[in-house]
Amino acid sequence: MMETLIYLAWTMAKILAIVLSVILVVAYLTYFERKVIGFMHSRIGPNRVGFLGFKLRGIGQPFADVLKLLTKEIIFPQKAHKFLFVIAPMITLATAFAAWAVIPFSEGLVLADINAGLIYVLAMTSLGVYGVIIAGWASNSKYALLGALRSAAQIISYEIAMGFALVGVLVAAGTLNLTGIVEGQQGGIFNWYFIPLFPLFIVYYISGVAETNRLPFDVAEGESEIVAGFHVEYSGAAFALFFLGEYANMILISALATIMFLGGWYSPIWGDSWLAQPSILWFIGKTAIFLYIYFWLRATLPRYRYDQIMRLGWKVFIPITIVWIMVAAVLKVYQIGPWF
Amino acid sequence: MSKIVKYLKSLTLKEIRQGMFLTQKYFFKRKFTVRYPEEKTPKSPRFRGLHALRRYPNGEERCIACKLCEAVCPAAAITIDSEEREDGTRRTTRYEIDLFKCIYCGFCEESCPVDSIVETDIHEYHMETSNKKVITKEQLLAIGDMYEEQIADAREQDKKYR
Amino acid sequence: MTPELLQQVLFYLFGAIAIGSGMAVVSVKNTVYSALFLVLCFFNVAILWLLIEAEFLAIILVLVYVGAVMVLFLFVIMMLDVKKVTRSQLKSGYTKAALLIAAAMLVQLIMLFAYRLKSQLPADDLIRQGADYSNVTEIGRSIFIDYVYPFEIAAVILLVAIIAAIMLTIRKRPENKQIDASKQIHVNPADRLRMVSMDAEKGDGEES
Repeated sequence: MMETLIYLAWTMAKILAIVLSVILVVAYLTYFERKVIGFMHSRIGPNRVGFLGFKLRGIGQPFADVLKLLTKEIIFPQKAHKFLFVIAPMITLATAFAAWAVIPFSEGLVLADINAGLIYVLAMTSLGVYGVIIAGWASNSKYALLGALRSAAQIISYEIAMGFALVGVLVAAGTLNLTGIVEGQQGGIFNWYFIPLFPLFIVYYISGVAETNRLPFDVAEGESEIVAGFHVEYSGAAFALFFLGEYANMILISALATIMFLGGWYSPIWGDSWLAQPSILWFIGKTAIFLYIYFWLRATLPRYRYDQIMRLGWKVFIPITIVWIMVAAVLKVYQIGPWF
Repeated sequence: MSKIVKYLKSLTLKEIRQGMFLTQKYFFKRKFTVRYPEEKTPKSPRFRGLHALRRYPNGEERCIACKLCEAVCPAAAITIDSEEREDGTRRTTRYEIDLFKCIYCGFCEESCPVDSIVETDIHEYHMETSNKKVITKEQLLAIGDMYEEQIADAREQDKKYR
Repeated sequence: MTPELLQQVLFYLFGAIAIGSGMAVVSVKNTVYSALFLVLCFFNVAILWLLIEAEFLAIILVLVYVGAVMVLFLFVIMMLDVKKVTRSQLKSGYTKAALLIAAAMLVQLIMLFAYRLKSQLPADDLIRQGADYSNVTEIGRSIFIDYVYPFEIAAVILLVAIIAAIMLTIRKRPENKQIDASKQIHVNPADRLRMVSMDAEKGDGEES
């Protein structure tokens, strides 16, 4: 009995550690995003809020934003479906955090090392769309419903391309376990899967951007077309939950790209030097690169038109992934390179 | 044939890469943000900000209550009442500008025959309750007294273009 | 609380939620609610599968049915804006056929239970596997090695069905002015724009 309790408490502590660090990273990701986009616009970004009277280049900005959002009033539209309206942001956040349970941060540093890890992540990210759909429908607003419909169609379309891109990795690694996938890429940068699976790597990342409704695929929000899409009626803490969920998903997509294509926690160099040691720092660094590309894309590209998004997903990505899965299967059969 | 070539070319994402490199280049370029309260951009002498009523050097107010500004004001923001003073001149008893209605077009200044109503270059002002949005004759004259130097200087610089 | 008891409690809890939400699917008047209850039902069934250590199937159920099929359902329901069904409508129409099908299914279930009670069916308990046992591998083996031909045939039939469905529903509407995105993307500026160099024209002295 006592052991069970200790086990439960220890697991809860681990969950709390992961969730808190994800929340903290999300907070600073917003700051990072504003700085990066500001720099690309020849601006300097937020530089006012600091701690204890020191400005420190605006490093306190995320906390100011969080406090502002939490103290604002949550407005319920009169004809909204109250229960669904409240539960929608919770679904978004819960699914975004649930997927983190199987992500290995470093060797052995994983909450649940399950065999079907990759499928579990896919299932959880695909559940995230319910938050969007329910929010859009429960708000009882035209813009929100339009945003929800767009988002649903988009996420379903890109989930297929994303799943196919991951099938290539599965063919190469021969396992669904995320730790196993990373361990298959041991041995320096040339053993990472992004080299033989380069098209799938690109398709995966672009689908990931589309899946998280980020620019240039943000038609579900589309400020200039449908105001703010599905979360147009949300304010205060409820809006903050959507925000948190979206950014947690972005980090998740980046972390998955790191695990599956860039060798997770392994160093790009192979050998005995201190630089070649596998470490969580490599994992964080590689994830940060993908997060930077998110903002880089946002600062560069205009929003896609809706029919172009659908065309890209169905007519370009899916054929490419199918062709490259064939190529990967052939490479696997003949055991070519260090990858297979 | 050219269709296949075009398709393969589109897979290289050339345009997107070009765009990405452009934004990356700007990432490292010099930033042009004006850190506002500490740094300010220079203002033109023609800047149209908060209003003021001017006086002659001998302390006499310039306004003769001709009501041209009231008539020309496109937003109907100016209200003027006038009566005869003891010395027989016509003066305003009320000269009010509703700052919420005002669109800062500067017509009042242009229409004024005695250069009385002017727009200064003050643009940082606020009111804490909405009933303070109407500024009275006393306030306008006080602003004029306080910023006379700057007002006269701006008029002097712009003189040859008028 | 022993693990077996805990398992029993969880089974009855999630089983009850699954049955309850299943009932709600057909009894709730608002179609969106009933679709959402179906989602809840699927989710609880997935949890029941997890309880018998079929985690791969459980996650696939969530991924395919909850994550994709039901999203499409909701999409269609929201797009069509189905009005709330009145009680009189419920009684008419397909109700008799539906009742017949439900009765047939009930009889089948009861027969299964009867056989089980008379222990004509093998009543083995759940076989617990070791921690290193991967049912992903087992399912892969049975699909792609033991039953590869039935599986492939089923896949081909589904593919044919998809193509047939698309062929049946596709129609070219002459009034549709949709732009072909791939044509737009492959536009070459040289095809449309001609740069002409001309000498400046001399006017007849009119001053502008």
